[in-house]
Amino acid sequence: MLIDVHVHFLHARSPRGDWQARNESRMRAAERIGITWQVSSILGTWGARSPIYFPSPADVSLANEVQREIVAQYPRQVRGYVVVNPNFTEHGLSEIVRGKAGGMIGLKLAASRRADDLMLDPFCAAAGQHGFPVLQHVWQHRRRDYPGQEASDAVELCRLARRHPTVAFILAHIGGGGDWLHSLREVRRAPNVFVDLSGSGVDGGMLERCLDAVGAERLLWGTDLTMDTGLAKLRYLERLLDAEALDCIRYRNAVAIFPAASFPES
Amino acid sequence: MRIDVNTSVGSYPWRRVPGTSPAALRAAMDRAGIDTAWVFHLPGIAWRDPMEGNPWLLDACAHEPRFTAVPAIHPGLPDWERELEGLQQAGVRIVRADPGWYGLAAAGPEMRSLARETARVGIPLMMAVRFEDGRQRHPLDRAEELPAAAVRALVREDPRVRLVITHADRGFIEEVHFGSTPDESSRIWWDISWVWGPPEDHLATLLETIGAARFLLGSGQPLRLAETPIARLDLMDLTGDDRARIESGNALALLGRS
Repeated sequence: MLIDVHVHFLHARSPRGDWQARNESRMRAAERIGITWQVSSILGTWGARSPIYFPSPADVSLANEVQREIVAQYPRQVRGYVVVNPNFTEHGLSEIVRGKAGGMIGLKLAASRRADDLMLDPFCAAAGQHGFPVLQHVWQHRRRDYPGQEASDAVELCRLARRHPTVAFILAHIGGGGDWLHSLREVRRAPNVFVDLSGSGVDGGMLERCLDAVGAERLLWGTDLTMDTGLAKLRYLERLLDAEALDCIRYRNAVAIFPAASFPES
Repeated sequence: MRIDVNTSVGSYPWRRVPGTSPAALRAAMDRAGIDTAWVFHLPGIAWRDPMEGNPWLLDACAHEPRFTAVPAIHPGLPDWERELEGLQQAGVRIVRADPGWYGLAAAGPEMRSLARETARVGIPLMMAVRFEDGRQRHPLDRAEELPAAAVRALVREDPRVRLVITHADRGFIEEVHFGSTPDESSRIWWDISWVWGPPEDHLATLLETIGAARFLLGSGQPLRLAETPIARLDLMDLTGDDRARIESGNALALLGRS
């Protein structure tokens, strides 16, 4: 089994005219790579009607609804995260309830609010009640603010994780931009933070340092926007690890942190 | 046959990178199924005189038939022309320059002179757009990335100029290719180390719009995983001919080998 914990699909209300082609390309590549399950989130209308990282409540609701439709379309291949904008507390909490009822299995926090902000606490508490892991978008070692997002780094995520020790947190895309060495130093002492290997970054030495920092027991495989780099990292790990450690990264760790029975054998 | 045109040996100034020795590069090539590699001397990019790394590189490559040396030329240093001629007479088939690292304007008079001289002696010139994602670079690593405008300027210096550009993304390649005449763009080759595969399918788009003749297999190893460009190709619907061109045919033709 192979579980991709960091997936995005586009949809008709996004600005991309090629949204169907991109989704089809993802499904085709998933089949070639041998991905069993893809766990996906949709960030609003991808900027069409509100900013990607600051989606309006209406766009959040639309995106979560589309996500549920995609899960329904691919019931043996796709699972979903509920997306919220934590600036809208009641709306976000209701989205989690709706998502749970609709079969979603995790919570996605992007960059609408810093990860260590107290406003995230009710969402993490709700995630804990439902057994959801929390996938947090991370800019590895954010040294300043960047336009278009209130990005968080590993230090901020780990502060949040310490406040919610029974919830599993996923540090998003260690290869997705920024100084991953900084993040790995931070997460090694945060036992409930898992590292997702997705992102376009394929730096030599990065995977070894991930293993040094958190071991195979806290690594999750993923792709995000570049499935080719995900495949490259998987192939490298196949040469680096024994079968047991590799299986932890391929699927066992994901199975352990998502709600029970989220990933029946296909 | 697979030729990785974008590899290096030697340590990197800004972080610890495993596998930087010639033996480790060989092992990585075996692991990824790469037959031969074009190799440059990585530490030299940050030396005041990068050409001081050339003897070591040439010696390493002389002892390894699977390596093709890509020595460096710094056109801002005295007597660089003689270094270039010496390399050419020694059988070197391609050289590189990293103007951002040398503190030179990428399309300034020194680089323009280098483009003309490499054209005159019939040697392609390799340049990297970057070595790392700009978001992760060391705070003191402020070398400028190679701008697309410089590639367009340099290829126009002489009708015999041939450029090999590594680590360029789709937007960069499109800007240069469609901002050049057919003759100019036919003298530029791109490695695929920084061009995304599915689901964005940037490489598939480029192969459709520009054609396979312009592309070379390149990884950037050991700074980046050797497996990446091969995984990229494995996820595409390529004809056998196109894949063979990218994996080796274009590189062999560029260096006048078959």
